[in-house]
Amino acid sequence: MVLDKIENLLKKYDNGETTLQEEQQLKNYFSKETVEPHLEVYKPMFNYFLQTQKEQFTKEVPLEPKKTYTLYKWLSVAAIAVLMFAIYIQVGNQPLGLEDLSQDELMAYNQTVEAFNLLASKFNKGTESIDALALMSESLEKGTENVSYLGEFSNAQNKIFKNE
Amino acid sequence: MTQAEFLNIVMPFKDKVFRLAKRLLVSREEAEDATQEILIKLWKNKQKIQDYKNVEAFSMTMTKNFCLDRLKSKHAQNLKIVHSNYQDHNVSLQKQLELNDSVDWVSKIMEELPEQQKIILQLRDIEQYEFSEISKMLNINETAIRVSLSRGRKILREKLTKTHNYGVR
Repeated sequence: MVLDKIENLLKKYDNGETTLQEEQQLKNYFSKETVEPHLEVYKPMFNYFLQTQKEQFTKEVPLEPKKTYTLYKWLSVAAIAVLMFAIYIQVGNQPLGLEDLSQDELMAYNQTVEAFNLLASKFNKGTESIDALALMSESLEKGTENVSYLGEFSNAQNKIFKNE
Repeated sequence: MTQAEFLNIVMPFKDKVFRLAKRLLVSREEAEDATQEILIKLWKNKQKIQDYKNVEAFSMTMTKNFCLDRLKSKHAQNLKIVHSNYQDHNVSLQKQLELNDSVDWVSKIMEELPEQQKIILQLRDIEQYEFSEISKMLNINETAIRVSLSRGRKILREKLTKTHNYGVR
């Protein structure tokens, strides 16, 4: 191959303008034993490119098909379905108001209300008698007030005795 | 998709993924781990693979992003010890010994390039992708790729010239 051509190609190569074919030509040229001394620099470069091109990946890659997740996926779907069903049943069974009660249930309800009312009235009577007790304690307080007057009186008496 | 079908799709470019990962992560072990992880990711998304127009380009993009992420997190984790005023004189001797193997030097010089140039040089000069393909993989326009490529090639040549002269003297 003509030296001029190689030099031209190298110029293009340095500017990043060569095509893949032209680069292959250069690689072929520099894989020869002897090259022009002033082009010697390029030799290791192109040889290195050719050499590393052959390096291979030799490690084994474990490719296991995935399967374990699908079981859990369906299990969670089933669990949610059961949960929703349970909630639906709970909500559906709840009585909503007095209108939904049967005759017997209504009667029982009224009887309990009556019983509670009776209890309440008894309580009211109890509180009335406690009122009487409160009245008594009030008069007792008045009595103690009067006694304190007596104490004051005796104080004054003592002062008079001292003055004498 | 069966394992065999998947492997048929992946086999032709798994080495390219590995080489790009190695270019970026440098260590062979890390590159192997990265490649493995990318292939597993592809396998997990095997239903979608048929929808992709170009699985290979997609995988290369994935590899690039994955490795750059790795590098980022590594930089965040590791504290670098930098000796700014310390020079190891043994290095120059070692350098001269290694100079004999100039091909090794190319890989060392490439390690020092900016990541963008590294990726583009790898994809073009080693994997021999067309500019249009690289443009799709990296989502950069072709002129920018040419500029980056030219810059990378020139740096590579200049540094090689330096070490070359150094060795001759």
